[in-house]
Amino acid sequence: MWRDALLVAGKDIRIELRSRVTLWQVVPVAVLSLVLYAFALGPVRHTLASAAPGLFWLAVLFSTVLATQRSFAIEAGEGTRDGLRASGIDPAGVFLGKAAAIAAELAVLQVVLWASMTVLFGVHVHAVWLALVASLLATIGLACAGTLYGALSAGLRVRETLLPLLVLPILAPVLLAASRAWAGALAGPVADGVSWLRVLGPFALTYLVVGIVLYGPLLEAG
Amino acid sequence: MSQIPMDPVVRLRGAVALTGRFPALSGVDLTVSRGEVVSVVGANGAGKTTLLRVLAGLVPPRSGEVLVLGVDLCQEPAAVRRRVGLLGHAPSLYDELTAKENVRFALRAAGVAAGEVAGALERVGIIGRLATTPVGGLSAGQRRRVALAALVARAPELWLLDEPHAALDPGARELLAGLIAGAAAGGAAVVFSSHEPEAAAALSDRQAVMGGGRITELRSGSRRAKLSSLGEGDSHVA
Repeated sequence: MWRDALLVAGKDIRIELRSRVTLWQVVPVAVLSLVLYAFALGPVRHTLASAAPGLFWLAVLFSTVLATQRSFAIEAGEGTRDGLRASGIDPAGVFLGKAAAIAAELAVLQVVLWASMTVLFGVHVHAVWLALVASLLATIGLACAGTLYGALSAGLRVRETLLPLLVLPILAPVLLAASRAWAGALAGPVADGVSWLRVLGPFALTYLVVGIVLYGPLLEAG
Repeated sequence: MSQIPMDPVVRLRGAVALTGRFPALSGVDLTVSRGEVVSVVGANGAGKTTLLRVLAGLVPPRSGEVLVLGVDLCQEPAAVRRRVGLLGHAPSLYDELTAKENVRFALRAAGVAAGEVAGALERVGIIGRLATTPVGGLSAGQRRRVALAALVARAPELWLLDEPHAALDPGARELLAGLIAGAAAGGAAVVFSSHEPEAAAALSDRQAVMGGGRITELRSGSRRAKLSSLGEGDSHVA
């Protein structure tokens, strides 16, 4: 399973490095959305700073949908999905590999968004460890849930419009918990932020396990 | 040439398979032995592709007896995939990856050590710059060759080729004929579909004619006769 996961993650990341869809489309859209939020909220620094965690994670959430759609577009080429099934590769490995590639892209995106937010909103992270742990757990949860629902919608003609409808409500707890955890990391109190890790951790673990178990049947059904 | 064992690689008895709610195979009987080449011909919608997909473990049979390499596909449709090589109607390649990277990925996905990539590509005529160009920039025929290279390097026990002549020029068709003959000589069984009955018969030991999801006729191919005339034939075909 782990060998297959590394293989699939390596393949997806290599394709991403060649096509640069995340770099030239997903990241700019996410940064642009932060800029537009800043315009909408006005120039008051205090307002921007208090809204920053929620806006950051909202941008990451929408980017997750784009990254997931891209990840499954890779397998939508002529016969590639069948080829993957016919190869006998472990479906759990495919799930972990695709989720890992999406997580890596989201991690890069968050670094860029973090930098943009610092410039645009004038916010600084006080409890860096809390922000990093929240990001790690949220990213795992987003990538695993995105990959699972991406597989669910991959075989359908309406997958581009169906995926956001399916996945955005499911990811709402991550948006809430990660925003609150980051609010604690940015402005405190840290203890309040830490308490939200208790939502992010189980969410990530649940979708990791459910994905490993269900991805095979979903791949076969598609 | 060494004698190849006669145990059946494929054994179908009354195989039924559905595509959606409609029966694409409605009672297929077929046995294919090691070292044997069987072509499957028939009109569009006759069930050729579904037959190959059932044998590849991609479409679970609904009923009947379906044994591939001794595995009952009615019980475990996915269990034979690593031992079977399928060249589908569309070559399953990633456009952004090079020919080398695509073949290496296909090998590793099938659990095969990726040591023979360059040699396999060379055998199908993908050499030099072609091997290191993203396959999205190659012609349909070249892409088909790359997909064939992955199959050659995997050396599966059962080769399943869905209309392998499509998009191939005469030179590539000769190459394909050589690869099929080589696979059979090495003890693999080969089943391929075609829309060209005469050309397919020349490459096969037997030819199954399909219509309405059944094999309506099973006739001899001319490969055996050709090999005998060349003094290479061994009687290892049922």
